Amino acid sequence: MSILVGKCGAENIVIRGARVVDPTEGIDAVLDVRIDGGVVAAIGTVDTNEHRVIEAEGLVLAPAFVDPHVHLRTPGREDEETIATGTAAAAAGGYCAILAMPNTDPVVDSTDVLRGLRARALEEAEVPVGFTAAITLGQDGAQLTEMGELADAGAAAFTDDGRPVATAGLMRRALEYNAITGRPLALHCEEPSLTRGGHMHMGVVSAELGLGGWPSLGESLGVARELALAGDTGQPVHLMHLSARESVEHLRHARATGVRASAEATPHHLCLTDEAVRSLDANLKMNPPLRTEGDRATLLEALRDGTIAAIATDHAPHAREEKDVPFEEAPFGVTGLETAFASLYTHLVQPGLLTLETLLERMSAGPARIFGLDRPRVAVGAPANLVLLNLDGTWRVREERFRSRSTNSWLLGKRLHGKVTTTIAAGRVAYEA
Amino acid sequence: MTELHVLPGDLLPPVDPPRRHLLSVGDLTRDDVDRLLATAGSFARSQQRDNKKLPTLRGRLVLNLFFESSTRTSSSFELAAKRLSADTLSVKAAGSSVEKGESLKDTALTLSAYDPDVIVIRHPQIGAPQLVAAVTDAHVVNAGDGKHQHPTQALLDLYAIREGVGRLEGLHVAVVGDVLHSRVARSLVQALRLVGARVTLVGPPPLVPRELGDVSHDIGAIADADVVYVLRMQRERMLEGANYVPSLREYTARWGVTPERLRPGQRVMHAGPMNRGVEIDPRVADSDAALVVDQVRAGLVVRMAVLYDLLTTGPVLVETAVEVA
Repeated sequence: MSILVGKCGAENIVIRGARVVDPTEGIDAVLDVRIDGGVVAAIGTVDTNEHRVIEAEGLVLAPAFVDPHVHLRTPGREDEETIATGTAAAAAGGYCAILAMPNTDPVVDSTDVLRGLRARALEEAEVPVGFTAAITLGQDGAQLTEMGELADAGAAAFTDDGRPVATAGLMRRALEYNAITGRPLALHCEEPSLTRGGHMHMGVVSAELGLGGWPSLGESLGVARELALAGDTGQPVHLMHLSARESVEHLRHARATGVRASAEATPHHLCLTDEAVRSLDANLKMNPPLRTEGDRATLLEALRDGTIAAIATDHAPHAREEKDVPFEEAPFGVTGLETAFASLYTHLVQPGLLTLETLLERMSAGPARIFGLDRPRVAVGAPANLVLLNLDGTWRVREERFRSRSTNSWLLGKRLHGKVTTTIAAGRVAYEA
Repeated sequence: MTELHVLPGDLLPPVDPPRRHLLSVGDLTRDDVDRLLATAGSFARSQQRDNKKLPTLRGRLVLNLFFESSTRTSSSFELAAKRLSADTLSVKAAGSSVEKGESLKDTALTLSAYDPDVIVIRHPQIGAPQLVAAVTDAHVVNAGDGKHQHPTQALLDLYAIREGVGRLEGLHVAVVGDVLHSRVARSLVQALRLVGARVTLVGPPPLVPRELGDVSHDIGAIADADVVYVLRMQRERMLEGANYVPSLREYTARWGVTPERLRPGQRVMHAGPMNRGVEIDPRVADSDAALVVDQVRAGLVVRMAVLYDLLTTGPVLVETAVEVA
């Protein structure tokens, strides 16, 4: 059974004159690419065969992106996002595949809900979606979901994202039992007794602002627990949205001792620090919170060396009226699908902190590998999952241009470099600027 | 002959200066503080006359929006506006559409239809004044937002200290008690640093964030201070079951400000409301060392100065502004 469901196509296209960059395939050259019936058929100097031609001189053609962490808010909060709008946003961001989180209403904790979502995605999804399922019923941390049945019904992974699995005992049981599914366990690491009442990173800025602190230890203690359990059970774990230096240190140590652990980081944690919260803009409120420059530098180093192998947006749409409130009242979460590449290109690649190749790898091959998805690639015989990027293009992030149904972006009004001009997902043109 | 150079920028219409607010002590410079205190001093002299009303802000509207209980701040803002001849409109959360679930944004937009010149807002949540400033055209004054800021309190405290002790620069102030939950402390510490005073924070470890400055957990540390500023135990802002202190009894025994813990010549301040017998001994509160009533009096003239300052531009010629109506 395919994990990813959504619209697919069999388009015949020639992309001419682009700089093809596929770090994993070892390609960086100006080449033509021909797509026959939705599959890459030829690379080099190719005949057009009466195909549609996309003139791509000056653009970069790369494997399209994979986002392992998206909130589609469906079912339950279709006013914030739907499968159609969320995947349209993904397409506009250059993604060819995304994984949806199960903390919906109802929670994706039964095969009925999962099958319903997959059936809808088949018709509505602009790019293929994988639906993750909960680890515990209702994400209540008491009773395991029917992980075997859910995996058979197409669950992409298991996660109680939004909260940690309540006890170490149940987490251990989930790890043991999940061995039958082979699907990843993606973990939200948090020790709630340390983060209760927290609105931002606990540190100098929170002390000065008087905002309740969400300390680094609130994450790293959870990370330490999950890594210890992974080591003890011999099962792999994936750590979501890491934010703290201490968490990365635990991860490095565990990996060095043979624990199978992977991790992701978000664009906002890689680009911003808690200093930004001084504006009290509710679009700077996330869980886990923005941390210090030292944490940011550690995340960046881990991203460079592959300890953190995936960039995940944690795209979390919220209704306007929920974010148009004082900072303390606002819910956690920001959108990110449509701005991920440009924000990272602008904040990390242009200043020379990260190479374009590493960014492309961590946005595509990295997350695909962790979640056992086919790696998007520029290779003959591979399904066309490609993105065209204009690295010289600049654009201003504007509310009215979002495909997402929500506009709670930390980048509103900001000018960014790097534009997605075309996204081809599953052999189909999913987005054209 | 001199050549005439016209740059593109010269042809643009002049840009309006950004609308001024008082949201945080961080918005102020040392010059701003000096100017505001001087203006307040002039207004204090005007308040010694029989006719205490000045025509300065006649025809202006000051909107007081109070989402949290208040005696001193709401009454002094209202009186300050009235003494400057402004119209005032006071809306409290209790009895307003807030009880019907109206959002802060909608309440602010609704009342903005009356074109207030100044909106004074108190709100239990941090960031509420920033939100009001973003959605209305008024000058916004933060009259206390959660644990964050209370800038006019800090200004009136500076005023009261200067009147009571005679100077600010080089002064040593001990701030005692629940700093963690105190917007008064956050604003005051910033303001004291701005004017060159030294601050020591004294209290139980969980309630005195190290990040805010010099800290002592020993009440004996107040002996060195010129001014002892006592903070209220803000039980209403504490997380349930957080155990910041084991009991109020133990707090009072170790950190209560009593006559025995003070030395002669020290002045004692409290922003009110006081928990007599908890953070402050009633004998201290009622003693001559206490500046508590002076603080309230300072509140009126300092808030007059803030309203005046926001609604007038250019250098302030205080003496000419103070005319009997």
